[in-house]
Amino acid sequence: MSARTRADRAADPEARVALARLVAEQEVIVCTGSGGVGKTTTAAVIALEGARQGRRTCVVTIDPAKRLADALGLESLSNTPSRIEGPWDGELWALMLDTKTTFDDLVLKNAETPEQAEGILANRFYRNISGALSGTQEYMAMEKLYELHDERNFDLVVVDTPPTRNALDFLEAPRRLTRFLDHRLYRVLMTPTRGIVKAVNLAAQAFLRTVSKVVGGDVVSDAIAFFTAFDGMEQGFRDRAEATLELLSDEVTAFVLVAAPRREVVEEASFFAAKLTEAGIPVRALIVNRMHPKFGDGDPGATVERARRFEGTDLGGLYANLADFQQVAANEENHLAGLAAKVAPAPVIRIPFLQTDVHDLDGLGEIGRHLFPQ
Amino acid sequence: MDPAQFFAASRVVIVAGKGGVGKTTVSAALARAAALAGLSTLIIEVEGKSGLATLFGQPTFDYEQVTLSPGGGPDGAADVSARTLTPDDALVEYLEDHGLSRISRRLVSTGAVDMVATAAPGIKDILILGKVKQIEQKRRFDLIVLDAPASGHAISFLRSARGLLDAVRVGPINAQARDVLDLLTDAERCQVVLVTLPEETPVNELVETAYLLEDEVGVSLGPVVVNGTYASLDGLDADPAAAAEAAGAALRKGEAQILADAAGFRRHRMALQSEQIERLADLLPLPQLSLPYLFDSDLGPAEVDVLAHRLLDGIVGLTELASPT
Repeated sequence: MSARTRADRAADPEARVALARLVAEQEVIVCTGSGGVGKTTTAAVIALEGARQGRRTCVVTIDPAKRLADALGLESLSNTPSRIEGPWDGELWALMLDTKTTFDDLVLKNAETPEQAEGILANRFYRNISGALSGTQEYMAMEKLYELHDERNFDLVVVDTPPTRNALDFLEAPRRLTRFLDHRLYRVLMTPTRGIVKAVNLAAQAFLRTVSKVVGGDVVSDAIAFFTAFDGMEQGFRDRAEATLELLSDEVTAFVLVAAPRREVVEEASFFAAKLTEAGIPVRALIVNRMHPKFGDGDPGATVERARRFEGTDLGGLYANLADFQQVAANEENHLAGLAAKVAPAPVIRIPFLQTDVHDLDGLGEIGRHLFPQ
Repeated sequence: MDPAQFFAASRVVIVAGKGGVGKTTVSAALARAAALAGLSTLIIEVEGKSGLATLFGQPTFDYEQVTLSPGGGPDGAADVSARTLTPDDALVEYLEDHGLSRISRRLVSTGAVDMVATAAPGIKDILILGKVKQIEQKRRFDLIVLDAPASGHAISFLRSARGLLDAVRVGPINAQARDVLDLLTDAERCQVVLVTLPEETPVNELVETAYLLEDEVGVSLGPVVVNGTYASLDGLDADPAAAAEAAGAALRKGEAQILADAAGFRRHRMALQSEQIERLADLLPLPQLSLPYLFDSDLGPAEVDVLAHRLLDGIVGLTELASPT
């Protein structure tokens, strides 16, 4: 038996069963974690498992590596899911989030008249918001998730989250944007010039003049035109944002934390976990990608000692190599111990280093064999 | 190439790469290497929470400049200092410098910065880069190492200057964008060092980022840093039993298999890595500096020094590649 299979067998079979149960029972699974830990791939593998279990599943990806996108048949950004055919009982659908179109749809849905929608969509300030305001991508990912769940075309929606420094950005994004649209400053700008308000408005005007001096008048007039056009739609946006947040904290939604066993990633993951807990949202599973294999049960210290004793010989090199990997494995387990305790009783599933990067459905299936009972 | 000469080639080095490739570690190692070559160096970080302070065994820092690694000592190194730049702080400072201090706090406290930043995207980036430019021009440091935002953001971050020139055609922001673009496109003042791991996806992203930066920003690219490469060891191909006999040692039961498995794993990873390193060389005609994977993952000042010395060795080895033929 090679050490590699031994490491795999050491994985907790109950954890895999627990993860498979989440896929069977939840309506929404949100994959969260810092950048570069394999979130997108993990989301795709979870969705594939959903389809295997016979569920109608849709995965929303944010920024897949090109070859994974190709594997999922995602040639371009689109706002409607496309179906991936394959040998499973259920259905597998995927879509690559188009932030701007999602935002446009939201405007169209909330506008009181077609003219109002048109005025907003054509505004330059709006185009900047929908393309560049920080948090917009997070907000739209959650909006898309809400829409897909709300339309009831799928049994399970799996969503990948943008690689934000702060995992909660996407939880806070809907409210942050409605706060932005609701801002006191704009209320002042939009208030008709009469009575006591007029004085306030004069101050605002002076303020705007100064801002104009810095960034140019066009920028300010675009903004004013936008807020004028948007007037009356805030409530619709606010209600929708609240409904989205409710769905995220509902029992039908499960948060899966994706991490790698490196110290800085684990630190960030612990921070995410703490924040989620604060928000009353439990982590339902922890998936750790790219675990180094464990070779033997020896103590790295003793192996280092032997490497030193035989330094300069082939045997010394072999011990030095073994010591390296025993050290890494011990460090990884150390890093993970605290995180696993923090998310308990959530199952912890470890995925070993894979031979190659994943760029087709077979590759996703290969990871699936480590994540779910076979 | 002489390290001092290498680091003196441009006053600002922007370190960029995909999340998880060790951008911050490389920034720290580059800064320390420059300091060891005698250049006083400032690391600027823009995202916060990067763990830079921990790497140097120091408490966290913010907008105020701190010394992360004091110079002097037997190696005659210069200081490594650091500070965090945030758009809000940079804006306040900018407005104060332009005689608008009365409104500056109000702009920040009312959240108007968000509005302005939305109205003209890239404005936050330009405020930060403008501040970097200002620090560069004060010449208080021989070298500035900018730990840039992660890949996708790095491109929009560096592209902000060009974008703003179109969006804001007059006024101080326009002037600021112009100055920043001058800095970015002047090879003697600024270059970008891209960081990757010797793995497929990070290599692909690095190549893509490299071409985008060259074509769309016009910034010049320094050597690529390939982080996390496995160092080779003696005996990886040897049969453990034979190696033990040659060394006059006895192996315990099962030990031969464990040693062979571990050696096989490293050989396999090394083969995959060299495949990617070669692919990177084929796709991108830039010199490479390689940094070892550190098996003891708790990085601190000692490890930063190890990496800094590896960079210095690599830079010395760049002679042939860097000298014009």
